[in-house]
Amino acid sequence: MEPVVHLRSAVALLGRFPALAGVDLDVQVGEIVLLQGPNGAGKSTLLRVCAGLVTVTDGEAVVLGIDLRRDRRAVRRHVGLLGHANGLYDDLTVAENVRFWAKSARASDAEIDGAMTSLGLDGRLAALSVSRLSAGQRRRTALAALVARRPRLWLLDEPHAGLDAAGRDLIDDLLRRAVGQGATVVLASHELDRAHGLADRVVTITGGRAIEQPLPTTSPPC
Amino acid sequence: MLRTARAVAAKDLRIERRSKVALTQVLPFALVVVVLFAFALDPSTSLRAATPGLFWVAVLLVLLLAVQRSFAVEVTDGAFDAVRLAELDPAGVFLGKAGALAVQLLGVEAAMAVAVLVFYDPTARAADVTPFHVSVGAIMLFVAAAVAATTGLVATGTLYGALAAGSRVRDTLLPLLVFPVVAPVLIGATRATEATLGIGKTTLSDGWPAVGLLAVFAAVAVATGVLAFGPLLEEA
Repeated sequence: MEPVVHLRSAVALLGRFPALAGVDLDVQVGEIVLLQGPNGAGKSTLLRVCAGLVTVTDGEAVVLGIDLRRDRRAVRRHVGLLGHANGLYDDLTVAENVRFWAKSARASDAEIDGAMTSLGLDGRLAALSVSRLSAGQRRRTALAALVARRPRLWLLDEPHAGLDAAGRDLIDDLLRRAVGQGATVVLASHELDRAHGLADRVVTITGGRAIEQPLPTTSPPC
Repeated sequence: MLRTARAVAAKDLRIERRSKVALTQVLPFALVVVVLFAFALDPSTSLRAATPGLFWVAVLLVLLLAVQRSFAVEVTDGAFDAVRLAELDPAGVFLGKAGALAVQLLGVEAAMAVAVLVFYDPTARAADVTPFHVSVGAIMLFVAAAVAATTGLVATGTLYGALAAGSRVRDTLLPLLVFPVVAPVLIGATRATEATLGIGKTTLSDGWPAVGLLAVFAAVAVATGVLAFGPLLEEA
């Protein structure tokens, strides 16, 4: 079967700096792949490349069968990216934010309501202004907008950041359910204990290159 | 495209209604500028003749604030990435943001026009200078000029706002980019407003060619924005 993500010697520049310096990576349908590595190694850039937001200047880059070097914008409707920023409007409510982004992807009202409920954002919380939310609640709001879009490929940059233990469990359950429904997940995380328990494979990004790692049986210290 | 434009304009206007930045900061700023000009210029000679130009220079300053605010809400929490990833038509995003800006700017211009009549006209009368002549025809000319000028201004501002949004020096870069380009709007709107107020030897009929110039500029600016906003959004 054709991999969901297929990168061969992929190079991506941030300005003149090669953020990815020849990455090889294949991700199969239904996998959860953890990207780990030090800050500035290129994890976020790799996720943004897969989302079609950063240009691949050399090598091969095919995501969901779409050649990113020919048309990186075509892949965007099929992926959901949760980056460092949440992409929320502070002066809109939780429900208005989720609805705005989900409707742009032509999600139905039922899908939007379902996404908000699955992340515990229904009821009183839905009517709260985003400016009044905690960091964890903001993260969950951004994820709800992503869930409602039903992406085939989930690209998550530190999805557990700012969440309490219950919120982290909620995210993990959500990702396992999405994979059960045929989605694929690539996530970058520094929370290795939790991420190792979630991932099928671990790839270390260092110096702009990807190195496949065995999944540890015991979790290393963070 | 129109569906996206409606959604984006509604979102931007809702954000402004909740934050009240336009009402509590931009509008007072505009009124302060109008009043300061009245203090700075001699009412017996300079103020009356300079009123149209002062009015539109103040509108340009307000435009900058409004454009910066419009793009700040997109940049603050990385919403531009979400815009790129969402299936939003870039031309629709452009029209929506420009439309929301136009509503705000026209509101501020209306308040400023009232302020000019309230502050400048009595000042001119007290200085024994001929008062402004405001007739129905003059109001129609001014409204036509304001709509055409505002359309050109917000289209240009939105376009360059997207261009500057990706820069760390966007706040200082924006006026450098926008002001030279909108010089024809400043000239045309000032001429039309001079005719509106009957300043010098102008009559109302002298103002309509200026409105024509403003309309042509607005059409070109909107067309350019519709075509160029997508590529600019990619670089933002």
